[in-house]
Amino acid sequence: MSADTATITTNAVGHAAAQYRRHSRTLWRRMLLRTETAIVLAIILLIIFAITTVPYFAQPYTYLTMILNSAPILLMLLPVTLIIITGDIDLSVGSVVGFSSAIFGLSFHAGIPLPLAAGVAVVGGGLVGLLNGVLVTVVGLPSLAVTIGTLALFRGIAVGLLGTTAITGFPSEVTQFIGAPLFVGAPAPMVTVAIIVVAIGFAVVLHLTPFGRGVFAIGLSSETAAFSGVRVNRTRLILFVLSGLVASATGVYYTLQYSNAIGTNGLGFELQVVTAIVLGGVSIWGGRGSILGALAGGVLIATLNKTLQLAGIGSDTISIVTGATLIFSVVVAGIAGFISRRRRSKASVIAAGVEKHRAIPNPKSVPSNH
Amino acid sequence: MSVTHTVPVSQGRRSFLGRILRAREVGLIVMIFALVALTSVTQPGFLFSDGGWRELLRQPTILILIALGEAIVIITRNIDLSVGSILCLSAYAAGSLFSNFPGIPIPLVILSGILLGAFLGLVNGLLVAFLRVPSLVITLGTLYTYRGIAILWIGPHFIRSSWLPDEYRSFGTLQFLGIPVLLIVVAIIVLLIGWFMTSRRVGRDLYALGSNPEAATLFGLGERRLTVTAFVASGALAGLGGLVYLAIFATGDAQVGTGYELQAVAAAVVGGVAIVGGSGTIWGVALGAFFLATISNALPVLGVPSLWQQSIVGVLIVGAILLDRIVFITRIRRAKRKGTAT
Repeated sequence: MSADTATITTNAVGHAAAQYRRHSRTLWRRMLLRTETAIVLAIILLIIFAITTVPYFAQPYTYLTMILNSAPILLMLLPVTLIIITGDIDLSVGSVVGFSSAIFGLSFHAGIPLPLAAGVAVVGGGLVGLLNGVLVTVVGLPSLAVTIGTLALFRGIAVGLLGTTAITGFPSEVTQFIGAPLFVGAPAPMVTVAIIVVAIGFAVVLHLTPFGRGVFAIGLSSETAAFSGVRVNRTRLILFVLSGLVASATGVYYTLQYSNAIGTNGLGFELQVVTAIVLGGVSIWGGRGSILGALAGGVLIATLNKTLQLAGIGSDTISIVTGATLIFSVVVAGIAGFISRRRRSKASVIAAGVEKHRAIPNPKSVPSNH
Repeated sequence: MSVTHTVPVSQGRRSFLGRILRAREVGLIVMIFALVALTSVTQPGFLFSDGGWRELLRQPTILILIALGEAIVIITRNIDLSVGSILCLSAYAAGSLFSNFPGIPIPLVILSGILLGAFLGLVNGLLVAFLRVPSLVITLGTLYTYRGIAILWIGPHFIRSSWLPDEYRSFGTLQFLGIPVLLIVVAIIVLLIGWFMTSRRVGRDLYALGSNPEAATLFGLGERRLTVTAFVASGALAGLGGLVYLAIFATGDAQVGTGYELQAVAAAVVGGVAIVGGSGTIWGVALGAFFLATISNALPVLGVPSLWQQSIVGVLIVGAILLDRIVFITRIRRAKRKGTAT
């Protein structure tokens, strides 16, 4: 954020004008033009396509396993969405899953009762989140570098603690409960409730509280946010701790679901989380996005993957699907941005002198200092 | 140089000796010697056997190559997470060229591997430069996509050493005056890139772009062209890394190079490249990569299970950026104190 005051003001004017223009549209047009709507539509189209062409897709068991498989991603992306909206990033979440899985497994192995072991793992996750947060806020290091480092560090600790051994033998009534449908024949497992509750919690915090407005304000300009009374570093620190807590709870869930604590649990999840969030229309520059969009991005990837899997393309395709979807989404967004910039600059030529601020490029198109 | 770029304060006043002692490169050389000495005392074979000496000098070459490319990209304030996947594709492409066209000239295969890497880097660079999307997102996507292509293409197969001509495999073991030829080749590449980055126009422009992208654009440096250049260089070096991998190990499957991107970033950061771009030296990066690779070699010998190796990489990354930050803050403070005194 090295822009000087002059650019900030002109950008703010341009941004405000764009905002005003957007809000002067009728409600249904405003709803239609959102990324979230496009993603939800894509999910619906994909499901219809899959039901009609892919054998066995339209069965409760398909949806059940689909939600079970994608539950870790859907949970972890919630706090990371907030972190990305502030303009930071947390790449260590996948490793926190492994870390918490290792602590949970070892505590259980040492004879600690299951709920207490889960508590230890979640507290451990909160602490490693705090470590990320302190390095980013108190020490002032870039979050990208810090969390690439802790990605290696936490994974290294998990693998180092457990070695090549896997801890199994979790009580079967717990593991069966985790994978069971909500009621007999239901297309959704128990964890759906947890996802919905946590998602609503994060959505309320982000969209309906002063704290959430602060999150958006930090992403747009942390200086402005600080001057308007947002406690910037406290907010960022809280978000990193939340991310650690949710990722470690996910680690406990993941361990129980597969009844297996190994150091490589959650390997590469950070990439799927970031992909889902970016796909869901959250700006990686910060300042824009929604919980609904990020969740929809996660569901779209999960559906796409399940469809390909059932269509017999193979389970190895997850990486290529995730990568291609991510690039496709940014290419589309890039082209859309290019068109809207051209249209805006044309409009300003016509209305020259009257509405000069329209010619000002989108403030988010200027690469900012992350 | 990293110093002049981060804090342009009171460089000239410090004595030549003082500057040398404070350089990151010197610290790394000392640490490498200390590590090798400690390990050889524990296990003399680590250094003093024929195989030990060769492994010590030739294993780091792969990491040095991809770390150089990674450093060039980070210097422009970008990041390339796809180097591991590019390395894998290049290694397998070279292997299957040898297998499908017996008798194919070796230089042609080497050229193809480098060109394949450069092409994949070009795709990265074009996407980053023209979509105005952070390189983190783009290369995260291509990390997946390139790896996916590798999995689809290679499947359960792997490169067999019988595919490779004897002359190519001998590259891995060839020595000149007791030094592996691979290391000599890589050292020459390090010198060339180092010279290019310090003394050529484009090299300086890459530093300028990472140091202040807005200013570089206003100055007319050609932001897009420079970004694409950096990614092509990174891809080409990763491609070359794949060829070296093939020469050393003479095998490889669809998982070759998994996680190399982290090691490359770690080597660059440990070598003194700031993750926000604009500073760092090629010599530092080469030494950082050598240091990291030597740690991986030394840990099992020292009795530390190799499983803990990754956490040490993590500690080194975090430690290196912490160290940079502390040095930066103390310099600023000292400069302020001097400013108020005069």
